[in-house]
Amino acid sequence: MTSRPNAALAAAPRAHAEPVVEVRGVSKTYPGDVWALDNISVDFPRGQLTSLLGPSGCGKTTLLKIIAGLLPATSGDVLVNGRPVSGPGPERAFVFQDFALMPWATVMRNVAFGLELRGVASAERERVARHYIDQVGLGGFEEKYPHELSGGMRQRVGLARALSVKADVLLMDEPFSAVDEQTRRKFQEDLLLLIGREKKTFIFVTHSIEEAVYVSDRIVLLSPRPGRISQVIEPDISREGDPDAIRRHPVYLDTVDAIWRGLKQYLD
Amino acid sequence: MVERPSHLSAEPAGGLRLSRFSSFGTFGTRAALIDRPTHPVAAFFNHPLTLRILSALVLFLAWEWAGRLPISPAFPTFGETMVGLWSMIADFSLIRAFGITLQPLAIGLVISTLIGVAIGVAMGLNDKAEWLASPIFIIAQAAPLAALIPLIVFAYGIGLTAKTLVVCIMAMPVIVLNSFAAVRHTPLSLVEMGRSFLASRRQVILRIILPAASPVIFAGLRLGCAAGFIGAILAELLITPTGIGDLITYHRSIAEYPKMYAAILSIIVFSVLFIEVIERVEVTVFRPEKRARR
Repeated sequence: MTSRPNAALAAAPRAHAEPVVEVRGVSKTYPGDVWALDNISVDFPRGQLTSLLGPSGCGKTTLLKIIAGLLPATSGDVLVNGRPVSGPGPERAFVFQDFALMPWATVMRNVAFGLELRGVASAERERVARHYIDQVGLGGFEEKYPHELSGGMRQRVGLARALSVKADVLLMDEPFSAVDEQTRRKFQEDLLLLIGREKKTFIFVTHSIEEAVYVSDRIVLLSPRPGRISQVIEPDISREGDPDAIRRHPVYLDTVDAIWRGLKQYLD
Repeated sequence: MVERPSHLSAEPAGGLRLSRFSSFGTFGTRAALIDRPTHPVAAFFNHPLTLRILSALVLFLAWEWAGRLPISPAFPTFGETMVGLWSMIADFSLIRAFGITLQPLAIGLVISTLIGVAIGVAMGLNDKAEWLASPIFIIAQAAPLAALIPLIVFAYGIGLTAKTLVVCIMAMPVIVLNSFAAVRHTPLSLVEMGRSFLASRRQVILRIILPAASPVIFAGLRLGCAAGFIGAILAELLITPTGIGDLITYHRSIAEYPKMYAAILSIIVFSVLFIEVIERVEVTVFRPEKRARR
């Protein structure tokens, strides 16, 4: 290893805000003795984007779904704002890998669906939904149906739906893996703008090293099954200014390189 | 910021095409694939309606030709059949026959639809309901119905009850099994989406599972109704001749073959139109995205 990646990785941890989500000793065994997660303990600080990164089958999506309350942990606790959770809650919103849009509903109804389920009056939820539809750049597409949109636009709908319930924590499960490369790059840039604007906590699952380093304040590296935390990395990259500059930033390149060296040992 | 959706309408319309019949829901898609202006004559011959009328004409011509050969002295030409049809319409015997046949058919289909969809959905939502009910309907679907008719006649006589029961036995299994499969195949991520946005179990069922299942439930209803028509005619041929079954039996016995075939043709046309109506109801009421203009 060169000295530069080490310098980047060993950078003093920034003063963290208090954690919004705390994972305490979570293990998960699926029926049939598939051991997915082994004693995971990790904090997710408020206002930051933390990525869960690891080879496929390392349980990163399982961990995210346990945090979301969609899957029960076999043992251990998840605390949100200091309280243990046993199911989904209003302070967390989920963005799905396959978008999970209702094909029979318009963009407007899909985005407003979280509010609809909460019993918000239709005029109010349309106002909120319209705001976030504009925010993700889909203004004018309110009355379209999902099959009339491209993959990238569909995920923007999924993102607007998660934003409109005003949760503190956004859980994103490989949100850009089902869209094409150019759209994904644009999406990553837009995500940085969104993070700057929304001041939310993001937990982001990805299998792309470049993507994790590009968007994350912290990267939690998981080892393959059973998933354990192998490393927590905080790339010290300023995200002010030109978004393309990040991809040429020496710390960006060195961090990508260092993570790749770390993960290579898990591949056969 | 936004990717333009210019050529996206050529994407598949999402969801399966389950209908064996009309495809009016996808005309927009097909039209969107043709990007250069076509010659008006070619456009006329490529129009779906033209092609369908053409298909019917080919069938009728083949029928006329086969009748003129003749392939059997008992096989009338298309023209003779139409004359027979007209005379049965003119003396109201066809209308009266439909009035009788439609009674067990309508009662049977309403019962099969309401109970069948309810049982199928319950089976899809609940494992115990599935284990309890699925053997009955799988056996009912596989059983040769004609063999059961003597039993039904012993138990329920030869009246409306027995005929309604035959319609139900024919129509219900396919409705139940389709509704069951439809509910079971709701995309998991849609259900997770509902849960993560705090939907109650009831909201998940009413706002996610049932709308997601409706295309396959309706496919089952169309197949079930087609089977119900078969059941109604079978009951009239095998139990006691009434309605359309009576017209068929009677005109065969007096060798009035054009009228016999006219009666058969009329029930086929009625069945096709009825199933078409179900599909239109489905698209107008349950699948707004299929109506969406592009």
